[in-house]
Amino acid sequence: MDGYVLTLNGKQVAFQPGQTILEVAADNGITIPTLCHLKGCTPTGACRICLVEVTGARSLMASCSTPAEKGMTVDTESERVHRTRKLTTEFLLASGRHNCITCERSGACTLQDLAYKYGIDKLRFENTPQPFENEDMNPFIIRDYSRCILCGRCVQACQEVQVNRAITFGYRGPHAKIVAGPDVRYDQSECVFCGQCMQACPVGALVEKKAKFTGRAKELEKVRTTCPYCGVGCQLMLHVKEGKITKVTGVEEGSPNKGRLCVKGRFGYDFIYSGDRLKTPLIREKNGEFREASWDEALDLVANKLKEIIRKDGPDAIAGVSCARSINEDSYQMQKLFRAAIGTNNIDHCART
Amino acid sequence: MTNSFGEFAHAKMFLVIGSNMTEAHPVAATFLKNAVMDGAKLILVDPRKQPLADFATIHAPIRVGSDIAFINGLMNVLITEDLYDRDFVEKSCEGFDELKSKVMEYTPEKASEISGIPADRIREIARTLASVKPVMCCYTLGITEHTCGRNNVLSVANLQMLLGNMGLESGGVNPLRGQNNVQGACDMGALPNVFPGYQQVANADARAKFEKAWGVEKLPEKPGLMIPQMMEGLVDGKVKALWIFGENLANTEPDIRKVEHELASAEFLVCNDIFPTETTRFAHVVFPAAAWSEDDGTFTSSERRVSRVRKVSTPPGQSRPNWWIFKEIAKRMGHEWASGSGPELWDNEVSVLAPAMAGIKYRRIEQDGLQWPCPNEEHPGTPVLHKGGVFTSGKGRLTPVDWTPPAEVPDAEYPFVLSTGRRLYHYHTRTQTGRSGLNYLLPEETADMSPEDALALGIKHNEVVRVRSRRGEVKVKANVTEQVPKGMVWMAFHFREGNANWLTNAVFDPFTQTAEYKACAVAVEKI
Repeated sequence: MDGYVLTLNGKQVAFQPGQTILEVAADNGITIPTLCHLKGCTPTGACRICLVEVTGARSLMASCSTPAEKGMTVDTESERVHRTRKLTTEFLLASGRHNCITCERSGACTLQDLAYKYGIDKLRFENTPQPFENEDMNPFIIRDYSRCILCGRCVQACQEVQVNRAITFGYRGPHAKIVAGPDVRYDQSECVFCGQCMQACPVGALVEKKAKFTGRAKELEKVRTTCPYCGVGCQLMLHVKEGKITKVTGVEEGSPNKGRLCVKGRFGYDFIYSGDRLKTPLIREKNGEFREASWDEALDLVANKLKEIIRKDGPDAIAGVSCARSINEDSYQMQKLFRAAIGTNNIDHCART
Repeated sequence: MTNSFGEFAHAKMFLVIGSNMTEAHPVAATFLKNAVMDGAKLILVDPRKQPLADFATIHAPIRVGSDIAFINGLMNVLITEDLYDRDFVEKSCEGFDELKSKVMEYTPEKASEISGIPADRIREIARTLASVKPVMCCYTLGITEHTCGRNNVLSVANLQMLLGNMGLESGGVNPLRGQNNVQGACDMGALPNVFPGYQQVANADARAKFEKAWGVEKLPEKPGLMIPQMMEGLVDGKVKALWIFGENLANTEPDIRKVEHELASAEFLVCNDIFPTETTRFAHVVFPAAAWSEDDGTFTSSERRVSRVRKVSTPPGQSRPNWWIFKEIAKRMGHEWASGSGPELWDNEVSVLAPAMAGIKYRRIEQDGLQWPCPNEEHPGTPVLHKGGVFTSGKGRLTPVDWTPPAEVPDAEYPFVLSTGRRLYHYHTRTQTGRSGLNYLLPEETADMSPEDALALGIKHNEVVRVRSRRGEVKVKANVTEQVPKGMVWMAFHFREGNANWLTNAVFDPFTQTAEYKACAVAVEKI
């Protein structure tokens, strides 16, 4: 890698050929703000927030799509860079309804952060309201076009990350909007409700419907866990308020899913709050009906019945089916009960199906 | 899986057989699609034109249950044309001559006759597979849920060994597991023949080790019953008591009428569950259990990765963790057990007793989990098994197998093949997804059938039809779709009404006791 060196904010830094300026900066602990950049996807250079000053270049360069070159001199924080980023942010704020009062993303919004960083306390440009109705005719995803900045991250999440090919840019110029298929409802399109678009959205344009008004970023505790559905083992971040899950996102760098989730992992969490939950031990009466019982009564009944069967018919007259959805420790404990306490190897689970 | 999901990104070629990954393992499928978009090839072997077909370099729509004939045909070409990995086979495998003489019986023409794939296509696929190394093979229940399921698995392993694709990154044999912790339940010894960590109950040393650890005089040495044998035991009286933990057998097992008769025959049935289910209806005692996120523990994924599951709330009402319930019963049977939490059970018992997991401790899996084998606390885990062509038992065994048809094949009275599986929006019998709003996306079962058959029977899309087998019948809406080939009906088991298991055939692989969910004969009638 001899000679792959450039000057970054006055310091000589080495880089790998093929890296973008944004990546070189990140490797050297310098954060360049971005909006449209989605890690792992083709850089689009669309939002112009990541502009940096490259000595000798005619204009500011988008660091997400400009390859690092030997001998380059890059300034990520020049006065000109700041002025331009501020102007771009002001333009974004002037288009649509960027009102944070009840926005779900307040406190976790890149546009809000940029407005604060560049000290925008007065809107210089006249606001242009956007004309599109919200897309929220489904129980899971709300797309609020009035907050959309057309950065395209949702499109990349759909097309390049999940490769579900459901949403894309539609129309042209001032009429541009993100559409599903030929601009139809999500639940009538190819959308499979993985919700990766919501996770990619840097503003409040795409939010979880089930989470609306249930808690804001600063109130939510984040708890990492493993998905309760298929055998991929996706890592989930539970956003918890007062002991209750309000929404689920993928753990960005977690293995194996690297931030990705499917419809079940992202939206299938709230069965645990169903009113149908079993809440007390039940014992069947002679008339066939269940009645509620105390733990002691139910446990004693089962233990005594098992002991009676062991005495009469031997331990192999008892069999158990463990659970392929519950935790390892439960399956371990059940097979231990069957082998060590009951005395049989009649323990199985749905391993084959 | 011998390999890991992270290796999908660098794979050069995939062989996906009997795996509807985009619906059953959607996130895994995203990594496969990414690799294909970056230039990897995909050979898809599946009777249905399922969603991955759009990404396939070659899609081979074999007939249901013809896998062995098809794979033997591929191996015939590899050997005849000298395309197999002679070096790997000589160094790392045994049984080549026996395999060779068996697959020589399966000329591409014979394989074509059985599988429905033209002989030249079989040759083309074999040559394509041999053109690149390694090829990553993924399969799911399309391979195992047959009366010849074990032989199907052996066939896939034969092919990958013959191609020398074992022990390499982005290669291997990779069964994707359908449930979050089905790998873990196996690892924990919830199987009739092994203790935790696959230590055989028939082995006296293994028994002595567990007798000492668990403080008992004598552990049983005879391997126990598998689920279908337990169920039959309820009827013939060999099994008096059955304890079902978190499974809804009344909907998931083949031939629901038979299963319900078996459950109703139990002298004593105990269930642990989080909801009342079709199965708890038959119970004598039901214990209310803690659910996911109400207890601290671990799951083990398909790639052998042990990951944390964390508690965020207490179980509702009086419901309690499952391990506590088992511990309380053991206490009442004279066994006082020390461990009093998931972390204690893992760190003090599982990882101490299972050598492959000895290095996995809770403090090591706070972030990403670890993949076993992980024999000590400095070990980083094992993403790829059989590296350097070294197998658990020394050499890889090439095992010749013959094709056998499904137990029930279409005839004049039942002219369609019924094949079953999972759909994207639901999980199993919907005890979870049915209570998370996902019914909105898929509210009922359908019978998926080809436009050609629908036209011949005068059936329109969404019209309610009767599907009938020798076991039972259901009324469901017809879903007329190009995904399904002529002669097939495809259904799932998520809904009680229209559940495919009213129709499926309770016949099992003689070795694994896996049911033949993928093939039985049905008739479709216009109502």
